[in-house]
Amino acid sequence: SQGQRNLEGYVGFANLPNQVYRKSVKRGFEFTLMVVGESGLGKSTLINSLFLTDLYSKDYPGPSLRIKKTVQVEQSKVLVKEGGVQLTLTIVDTPGFGDAVDNSNCWQPVINYIDSKCEDFLNAESRVNRRLMPDNRVHCCLYFIAPSGHGLKPLDIEFMKRLHDKVNVIPLIAKADTLTPEECQLFKKQIMKEIQEHKIQIYEFPDIEDDEDSKLIRKIKERMPLAVVGSNVVIEVNGKKVRGRQYPWGVAEVENGEHCDFTVLRNMLIRTHMQDLKDVTNNVHYENYRSRKLAAVTCNGGVDTSKTKNQMTRSPLAQMEEERREHVMKMKKMETEMEQVFEMKVKEKKQKLKDSEAELERRHEQMKKNLEAQYKELEEKKRHHEEEKSNWEAQQRILEQQKLDASKTMEKNKKKGKIF
Amino acid sequence: MPSFYCAWFVFNTCTGEGARAVPLAGHVGFDSMPDQLVNKSVNHGFCFNILCVGETGLGKSTLMDTLFNTKFEGEPTQHNQPGVQLKSNTYELQESNVRLKLTVVNTVGFGDQINKEDSYKSIVEFIDTQFEAYLQEELKIKRTLHSYHDTRIHACLYFIAPTGHSLKSLDLVTMKKLDSKVNIIPIIAKSDAISKSELTKFKIKITSELVSNGVQIYQFPTDDETVAEINSTMNGHLPFAVVGSTEEVKIGNKMVKARQYPWGTVQVENENHCDFVKLREMLIRVNMEDLREQTHTRHYELYRRCKLEEMGFKDTDPDCKPFSLQETYEAKRNEFMGDLQKKEEEMRQMFVQRVKEKEAELKEAEKELHEKFDRLKKLHQDEKKKLEDKKKSLDDELNGFKQKKTAAELLQSQAQQAGGSTTLKRDKERKK
Repeated sequence: SQGQRNLEGYVGFANLPNQVYRKSVKRGFEFTLMVVGESGLGKSTLINSLFLTDLYSKDYPGPSLRIKKTVQVEQSKVLVKEGGVQLTLTIVDTPGFGDAVDNSNCWQPVINYIDSKCEDFLNAESRVNRRLMPDNRVHCCLYFIAPSGHGLKPLDIEFMKRLHDKVNVIPLIAKADTLTPEECQLFKKQIMKEIQEHKIQIYEFPDIEDDEDSKLIRKIKERMPLAVVGSNVVIEVNGKKVRGRQYPWGVAEVENGEHCDFTVLRNMLIRTHMQDLKDVTNNVHYENYRSRKLAAVTCNGGVDTSKTKNQMTRSPLAQMEEERREHVMKMKKMETEMEQVFEMKVKEKKQKLKDSEAELERRHEQMKKNLEAQYKELEEKKRHHEEEKSNWEAQQRILEQQKLDASKTMEKNKKKGKIF
Repeated sequence: MPSFYCAWFVFNTCTGEGARAVPLAGHVGFDSMPDQLVNKSVNHGFCFNILCVGETGLGKSTLMDTLFNTKFEGEPTQHNQPGVQLKSNTYELQESNVRLKLTVVNTVGFGDQINKEDSYKSIVEFIDTQFEAYLQEELKIKRTLHSYHDTRIHACLYFIAPTGHSLKSLDLVTMKKLDSKVNIIPIIAKSDAISKSELTKFKIKITSELVSNGVQIYQFPTDDETVAEINSTMNGHLPFAVVGSTEEVKIGNKMVKARQYPWGTVQVENENHCDFVKLREMLIRVNMEDLREQTHTRHYELYRRCKLEEMGFKDTDPDCKPFSLQETYEAKRNEFMGDLQKKEEEMRQMFVQRVKEKEAELKEAEKELHEKFDRLKKLHQDEKKKLEDKKKSLDDELNGFKQKKTAAELLQSQAQQAGGSTTLKRDKERKK
């Protein structure tokens, strides 16, 4: 990119935010809020106070009034409108949580619910034909801590440890009007200490660039966890109508910052950080879920190797393409190897055959030579014999001749009478 | 990008399905949600990508400079480009507190070739490449969509030559190929070459040609009451006849962007002179966000769907049960692995076959060899026998001769003895 450019004159894209505003209002908003805590901690009352409506009422009773044998996770959806802005609010509650004698694994239904909403979203996002589907993922989980004044219960720790990497967890001290400010301070300190000890990551309200607001936010962070009081009842105090809890000794006002942190919670949760809670859910918690889920499927069941790390940064399609290419190479290699072995074996065999042929050839030659030698010998013998025979015959002939001549001479002499 | 952008296909149902409406007893404060969203998106910054398609010399670069009030890079291109290339440049602009990462992509050499049949191809390829990059990112296991620099083309300004007659066939062909991939906004370039009356006819002709050829150009949205009216009016002014200029001329006591002719000055921002202001309004000030949204929810989704279907992914199995992502991946992967296994097996089998055949061949050769040598052996045996016979006959002859010789010698010795006695007799008689 070419670096910042200053424009000389009006262009108009400064109007983009307005366009975004307009479109978002047209679309409307969604938010899913989960409330978790034992019965009787004032969860329903707090929700009603937060949203200034009878979300929970006689017709729609809160979780503590819906007694269950096992922990259920249930949701109710309401549509609220304000200032032209429409909000579809889903409240998820967990009747039965922490109420049993044995509460082992009572967080499991909660985890299952959160995961299943992520799964729904993942499936919708992964379809070939993607269609309109509302975002039902849990954007925030308000966890209610009983105002014991001592510290977190094992269940509190266990729950938050298991959920903090799946959802934005905001711990609240419930029914804070049973604690004095000093008790509350100590309680908060103790809780934060334990949260840090157990490395629980609760939702952190992010800093905003605005200096003014960031001071505010720091102040708020010092107040964590927020101690809240809720009320469905409107009381008149000093001529003003306020929500509060009437006691013989006075009225605990819900929206009084000196009485409790309700206003802080409301402002943070609804007026300033609702969008951020959704963004963190989408960009962090959901992405973690998704990469875990997909890694399990496509990368050796999530076994962490250097190969897996490579695969994570590639899309599964590219991954398959890579695998296919690898396989083609492997096949090619195998083919060449097999070919080589084949050729070698054939060569061997051919060579053997050749050798054996040569051997046989040689032997045959040998025998032939042998035979020829014998023939020659025979010929030689024959010739010798012929020669001898002819010599002897010649000799015999001479002898015969001599004999003949001798007998002829004798005959002659006989005839001549020269006989003594 | 804020989460709303990523989950765009996930439209909130404004009716809130299954939700019951409840009244509020006071000000809760969620009406700040649009502001929260806007603040986040302003902090994040915006990005917008424009593609300018048109022949060389139609004033594409000048128009961009004029629209964004800044001198972008680049030298005017020559007409001798061998093919159509796409050159993109990214700029960081700021207006008020809004930061915009603007990418301007220019088609270089468009319409310059003698044979323009493939001109559209590199444009389509470019657009697809951006979609592909986004798709790949979206499909990664560890992905960072919210910080991804989106390079997908949000608007395509198609520059029509100011002939005054009709669209060129290249224009129709190109726009037809692009209309399902990008938001097309056709504009008549250098429209100061056309008179007002000609312009009206030209616009009508162009519009009717687009309609009759089924080219889908971008329609400014009319579903939002706030902007429905202006958008629908502007839709009627398409294609916009524009003039671009970065030169300033003094008109009255103001400096305005204009083109000066001997017969008068064409003022860019004078709506009587050209539609520049309309273009700027529609493209930037009113519908920039909608152009981005349409690109993401319509054009990109179409590309994605086609790509996935091409690779064999589908949403339901024959039993009409929707597959979850893992099942789809697993199934695809298993199928894929199965294929590979099969290929491997086939290759092995083929080799086994070859080995068998070769073995048989060699065995045959061996057999032949042995037969050959058996024959030779037999021949040899025969020869040997012949030799033996000859030997035998010779031996017989030798023996016969020997006997003869011995007999003859015996006779001779007998004869000699006899002869000796005869001679003796003779000698004796002689002596008497």
